[in-house]
Amino acid sequence: MSTAKSTPRERRLTRVERRLIASKNRLSSPWASGIALVIAMLWTVPTIGLLVTSFRGNRRQITSSGWWEALAPANWGSFSLVNYETALGAQNKLGDYFTNSLVVTLPSVLIPITLALLAAYAFAWTEFRGRNILFIAIFSLQVVPIQVTMIPLLTQYVNWGLEGTFWVLWLSHAMFGLPLAIFLLHNFMREIPRELIEAARVDGAGHVQVFLRVVMPLMTPAIASFAIFQFLWVWNDLLVALAFAGNTPEVAPLTARLSDMVGSRGSAWHLLSAGAFISMVVPVAVFLALQRFFVRGLLAGSVKG
Amino acid sequence: MFRSTRTLAALAAFVCLAGLTACGSTPTTDGSSTPAPAGSTDDACASYAQYGDLAGKKVTVYATFIDQEGTEYESSWAQFAECTGAEIAYEGSRDFEAQLPVRVEAGAAPDIAILPQPGLLRTMVATGKVKPAPDTVAANVDQYWSASWKAYGTVDGTFYAAPLGASAKSFVWYSPAMFADAGYTVPTTWDELTALTEQIAADGVAKPWCVGIESGTGTGWPATDWLEDVVLRFAGGENYDKWISHEIPFNDPSILESLNEMGKLIHDDRYVNAGIGDIQSIAAEPWTDAGYPIVDGQCYLHRAASFYQTNWTTLDESLVVGEDGDVWAFPLPGLTADSKPVIGGGDFVAAFDDRPEVQAFQAFLASPEWANAKATATPQGWVTANSGLDASLLKSPMDQLAFSVLSDPGVEFRFDGSDLMPSEVGAGSFWKEMTAYFAQDKSAADVLAAIEATWPK
Repeated sequence: MSTAKSTPRERRLTRVERRLIASKNRLSSPWASGIALVIAMLWTVPTIGLLVTSFRGNRRQITSSGWWEALAPANWGSFSLVNYETALGAQNKLGDYFTNSLVVTLPSVLIPITLALLAAYAFAWTEFRGRNILFIAIFSLQVVPIQVTMIPLLTQYVNWGLEGTFWVLWLSHAMFGLPLAIFLLHNFMREIPRELIEAARVDGAGHVQVFLRVVMPLMTPAIASFAIFQFLWVWNDLLVALAFAGNTPEVAPLTARLSDMVGSRGSAWHLLSAGAFISMVVPVAVFLALQRFFVRGLLAGSVKG
Repeated sequence: MFRSTRTLAALAAFVCLAGLTACGSTPTTDGSSTPAPAGSTDDACASYAQYGDLAGKKVTVYATFIDQEGTEYESSWAQFAECTGAEIAYEGSRDFEAQLPVRVEAGAAPDIAILPQPGLLRTMVATGKVKPAPDTVAANVDQYWSASWKAYGTVDGTFYAAPLGASAKSFVWYSPAMFADAGYTVPTTWDELTALTEQIAADGVAKPWCVGIESGTGTGWPATDWLEDVVLRFAGGENYDKWISHEIPFNDPSILESLNEMGKLIHDDRYVNAGIGDIQSIAAEPWTDAGYPIVDGQCYLHRAASFYQTNWTTLDESLVVGEDGDVWAFPLPGLTADSKPVIGGGDFVAAFDDRPEVQAFQAFLASPEWANAKATATPQGWVTANSGLDASLLKSPMDQLAFSVLSDPGVEFRFDGSDLMPSEVGAGSFWKEMTAYFAQDKSAADVLAAIEATWPK
């Protein structure tokens, strides 16, 4: 019985493997690598330009020549840290806003992940009436653009007396993140072999134990990849922060401060180059730390094995 | 928050110690505020007694001023907060114009919003949430501002918003040193300006004019200011008013003549775009950078508002703005030497609440005491049309020049027309078509006809 069952499975795996090997060969051909390299370099050029610009001092120095000219060894002497000093200095207090951003971002990532894991488990492994309808409803909520929610949501927050606090940001980001989170985690969870769950149930595990002991450990890549998505989205968000919490030093995130740094009439954009790199540090660090999960997690739910 | 409040208080105390006038121990130019006995310790607060004890009260203020500028505003009312006990919670945002309607709609309106133009005031009044200005504010405005300024803050006969800051836009920036080297003198009539333009082009060192009208989603507005300036000169003040209120069509022959006169200066390959490129480059050059070729000796003339002075120091902190400095400005001449037409702008204080502390703060913002405190707190780039301002407190020579223009009764002042037109035109087709005038070489007649076609019926 067991051999009869395993034979087709083996054949199917081989087919998948063959496909994988073929596509791997195609992707790792020298041509493909070359093109990938060129694209990567092209995509990086503006960032490098920004980096070079951030070290080039005031507006006059920046606008006097192209940033690539500053790369000539003869011009290396002109590099200075003055933009970073101004950006981090007493006037701009980027450090305070950095803290605000962290305070906004961490709960805004943890809340939707926690809720979405529970919801995804319920959708994937429990039977209840209207499950599919409910799931489709949640999934389709992704279609709602954030902009149309602003006035009604803000009205509600004002009624609750929450406006201008971190709560509105945590709640809003959690709300906006949940549909995708539930969808992504649900699809990943569905792929855990039913046998595994059933075996645990047979051994006497309840839903809580199944969730904590069996499902959670298998979910790490999916959780990490969604965490990166949500982290980048919240960290880089300006619209939600400005609309709901406002631009006060108590709650405004780094992005709000960054967009103000150009001055009332937008003439000090040279400071943005330094500011942009300061604000990039954290997302880049998070991405590098979690990237090995990210690639695996991206495929969550997309490849049927 | 606590820390910044303390810093401001310390700053105010320091200013007092330094013997500057911000503490208001002596009322400056007029006898309106209660004179305080000199020398007593309560001096600083004497002129604030009229606002009463506002301890524990909070007023929220929302405006477009951010960064350095925002800090200057905050220190301008630090003394008010100190003396009355009220807390002034200030919030500035570059996205003010987009965010304010959302907040007002959602019921989260600030107590006071400082609106950058009268058009937005009309939109806000239409929501029904703006409170009419109290009598104390109206009294200050009647005393210190001209009737036309009060009219800009009035919607359908009700006075809502007192003017706050102002700007004079009819200036031409130049380099005194370059003028001296070439032997040019500052023109005092339009004909002299035209002759100077030809002269510079003939001498061939550099083209005369540098112009730039790119401003993100607002691209084109600097060109509307240009045209308004020329309309005020060639069509006259009366036609200017009719033009804005659409009593004459947008493409009236007098306006077409004005646009052609403007084109003679800055739509001519011999005259533009100095140090930047050709005529098309005007549309793509950021307005913030357009005057910079002057510093490099590549451009002689750049028409821009008084507030452009901060752009020079943004470019390079060491640049000196002044008559003997690196850059300076002369008023854009009128048709004759004794006519002084000026286009200007200003911001207005609208209140969304009528609690006593809000009204007290409104009255304070309309008073000469506030104007003087603001002048003291501002190194450069701020001026008002409040005639109670003590001009000697303005630190930058450009601000003093702008104030002298704004407070000169001989000046024919007109508010920036595009700010007063319906937004479909004033913040829409007017910008777009002026951009097309330069970018696509659209003819003057077609430009004006296209704008006329978009005027709401």
